[in-house]
Amino acid sequence: MNHANITEILNKYQGDESSLIAILQDIQEEYSYLPREALVQVSKEMNVPLSRVLSLATFFRAFSLKPKGKHSVHVCLGTACHVRGAQRVLEKFERELGLKSGETSEDLLFSLDAVRCLGCCGLAPVVQVGEEVHGKITPAKVTGVIKKYRK
Amino acid sequence: MPKLTLDDLAKIREKTKRLTTIRVGGEYRAKVCVHMGTCGIAAGARTIMNALMKELEEREIHDVLLTNSGCAGLCSREPMATVEVAGQAPVKYVDLTEKKIKEIFEKHVLGGKIVQEYALGIGSEKTDY
Amino acid sequence: MAEMAKEKAYRIHLMVCAGTGCVSNNAFGIKAALEREVKKQGLENEVLIVTTGCNGFCERGPLLVVQPGSIFYQQLTEKDIPHLVEEHFLKGRPVKKLMYTPPKEKTPVPVLSDIDFFKKQVLIALRNRGLIDPEKIDEYIARDGYKAVAKALTEMAPEQVITEIANSGLRGRGGAGFPTGLKWQMVRNAPASNGSLKYLICNGDEGDPGAFMDRSILEADPHSVIEGMVIGARAVGASEGFVYVRNEYPLAIKRMNIAIEQARDYGLLGNNILGTGFDFDIKIVRGAGAFVCGEETALIASVEGRLGEPRTRPPYPAQSGLWEKPTLINNVETWANVPIIIDRGAKWYASIGTLTSKGTKVFSLVGKINNTGLVEVPMGIALREIIYDIGGGIPGGKEFKAVQTGGPSGGCIPKEQLDLPIDYESLTAAGSMMGSGGMVVMDEDTCMVDVARYFLTFTKDESCGKCTPCREGTKAMLDIITRITEGKGTEEDLTLLEDMAHAVKDSSLCGLGKTAPNPVLTTLRYFRNEYEAHIRDRKCPAHVCRQLNVYTIDENRCLTVGKGCDLCRRNCASDAIRGAKNEAHRIVQEKCIKCGVCYDVCNFGAVKVD
Ligand SMILES: Cc1cc2nc3c(=O)[nH]c(=O)nc-3n(C[C@H](O)[C@H](O)[C@H](O)COP(=O)(O)O)c2cc1C
Ligand code: FES
Ligand code: FES
Repeated sequence: MNHANITEILNKYQGDESSLIAILQDIQEEYSYLPREALVQVSKEMNVPLSRVLSLATFFRAFSLKPKGKHSVHVCLGTACHVRGAQRVLEKFERELGLKSGETSEDLLFSLDAVRCLGCCGLAPVVQVGEEVHGKITPAKVTGVIKKYRK
Repeated sequence: MPKLTLDDLAKIREKTKRLTTIRVGGEYRAKVCVHMGTCGIAAGARTIMNALMKELEEREIHDVLLTNSGCAGLCSREPMATVEVAGQAPVKYVDLTEKKIKEIFEKHVLGGKIVQEYALGIGSEKTDY
Repeated sequence: MAEMAKEKAYRIHLMVCAGTGCVSNNAFGIKAALEREVKKQGLENEVLIVTTGCNGFCERGPLLVVQPGSIFYQQLTEKDIPHLVEEHFLKGRPVKKLMYTPPKEKTPVPVLSDIDFFKKQVLIALRNRGLIDPEKIDEYIARDGYKAVAKALTEMAPEQVITEIANSGLRGRGGAGFPTGLKWQMVRNAPASNGSLKYLICNGDEGDPGAFMDRSILEADPHSVIEGMVIGARAVGASEGFVYVRNEYPLAIKRMNIAIEQARDYGLLGNNILGTGFDFDIKIVRGAGAFVCGEETALIASVEGRLGEPRTRPPYPAQSGLWEKPTLINNVETWANVPIIIDRGAKWYASIGTLTSKGTKVFSLVGKINNTGLVEVPMGIALREIIYDIGGGIPGGKEFKAVQTGGPSGGCIPKEQLDLPIDYESLTAAGSMMGSGGMVVMDEDTCMVDVARYFLTFTKDESCGKCTPCREGTKAMLDIITRITEGKGTEEDLTLLEDMAHAVKDSSLCGLGKTAPNPVLTTLRYFRNEYEAHIRDRKCPAHVCRQLNVYTIDENRCLTVGKGCDLCRRNCASDAIRGAKNEAHRIVQEKCIKCGVCYDVCNFGAVKVD
């Protein structure tokens, strides 16, 4: 882990305590998770107890304390997706990737998460892989989606 | 000094409004439709269209609607265009050249006077939009 | 300002939808193809390509609307583009096969405003949808944008602005429907203790899973929100504003950032706005993924960098909000309505809608419905009109069962109430609520017990855990419902469930807990028979609750049609299927764990469920 990166992020907010969440978001974006050392550094340099940093890091869904895969698969289980069969789509991903929702593959290629609404409800059921959104997904289409990223 | 005054804001509004009227279907003083079927294009309809675009741009005119349509079924008299001044019957012009269309634009589209010399018929058809 | 340069005019504008739905359907590929072909045909001086926000009819994306004439092209692929450009833009022959043809009809409907989906819509909050490039402030200004701000800052006293908003009858679009003018007055009246600061917040957390109105407004017309906020700031005397946007909406954040920059460049934000001496600026705050943060006190806590937990009210944010200063918080859609009310007047706005619910409401119409997308309708419209006239009814010839409004805080409205007028009071009387505008349609294949369980799972997960009734109550209710969906429920469970629902409703701290029982209560009220079927007959009539299903294989079909393909056996998680390739297969019921995989994988319809 590069401490300079964290320092750079911290500098951007000039020690403003109300920016704690924003700082964690930037770190999450940079590393795709919140490395423990980073949290310690944030706590020290911002002069806030580590417990407070950790409570934020665990409260919000956007944060992960474990590394995520190169391709993070988000299966939407929002209401629109749910009534159009999203649960089965998720199960198909679980079977195909050999992962449970919330897990990351050992080779760090994929992580799988269930999320609540990606805001493309018109195309339900929806799956997002990285930045890419795939709409009108059926269990049958899952294999094809995974293939696209497994290179 | 403020960056933008009320006047500036109004100016930006007027200018951009003119450039985007065709999105909201505002009022047009006239519509010109160039017939651009394969035959029309072969006969030089593009030149006519370009000439009209140039006229509009140079004179900064935004309330004349320029459209195109397919073959008008009179391939021997291409290039053709129909001019429809608001409230008047459409007029079809045939055997156009760049020079003729400029004259038509000046006299008919802007001036409201039909150029009988180049006209084929009056009230023959309506343009699409 | 410098003399304005002569700008180029184009005779055709191609409005390419670049809303999130269409983007996921390759809208940018379509745009690139259009650029390529337009150039190839030498039309680049005649045809302008514009990217807009969500057009609304996401179901049919990617979309292109050609102006003038509003010719509506849909479900485009890159392959269609060369032909389209040559035929329509070069030769003037619109291409019928790329137009929208309503289901069950043969002739396409070329013009957008003639399409049923758009016909009954009244666009106020979405007034600029599909007409402007959200990244160009000039295009917003051309649509009479920032005209209201000029009026509010130069011709109206702050009190007059508040009176206008109050007289318009505008009510909060974030859920509760609190009268906006009244809230503004409260903030204006609030004494600004220690210093004179007051704050403004735009709530763009949009937590209702199945709703995307706010996202769409932020993406398609960010300046309408900014303008609304400047007007609000002037009215209540605030100097700083925050737009709180959900973390899941990166495009909305990007567009809002661009819009704020442009507004600053023009001096429409910052110091001395339009030379009136009024100062106001806006910052963006990204949400971090917690539903409860949509609740105003929790949202304020998280803007301050604290845990997003709600606190008791009063004091209301209007009295003591962000950093204990009086704070005006309104929803995205509420803000977007403000400029046009000031511009066109309260009277005009109040002429739309019903006695107590004025104006329009944007709904995201999703679920089991033909025309999914975003619709804006006048208050008071009948549910039936939304579902059948605009939404085009239920796909696959299925029967309508219910519509869910109000998200996790709302309820399910059954088909007996299809003529219900959509306004705040009617929806509440029906046991649901307006909410932020999610409208999820359900058909005969939806199990209402499962829907109740779905929402309880959601609220249980999202309960911040601060107050006991919400934390423990949602969990206990979920346990009961889960039992019922697994065929282990008893008649007493229903009474217990009902009692518990009322207890949680009455004693929770914030709106999350207070409304969490609504999905349970409405489904119990309208679909009690479905609960009873799960309990008495141990059956899920819609075959959704898989633990109650019995899976069997039609051996004859398996052998003759599927030729014993063996796919089900290979996929079975519990080794419950007997048979081999080219043989008929069969399920050993004792070993079946009812995961339904065999049913999903069978390509020949040989697996039956009962
Ligand atoms: C659990 C919960 C979640 C909420 N989520 C949202 C939301 O996502 N967006 C929103 O605008 N309001 C939400 N609200 C309502 C806000 O607390 C607040 O009433 C609203 O932002 C006020 O704006 P309005 O008067 O313009 O509606 C939520 C309330 C509760 C109790
Ligand atoms: S419910 Fe899945 S995208 Fe909204
Ligand atoms: S995203 Fe294109 S119509 Fe909604």
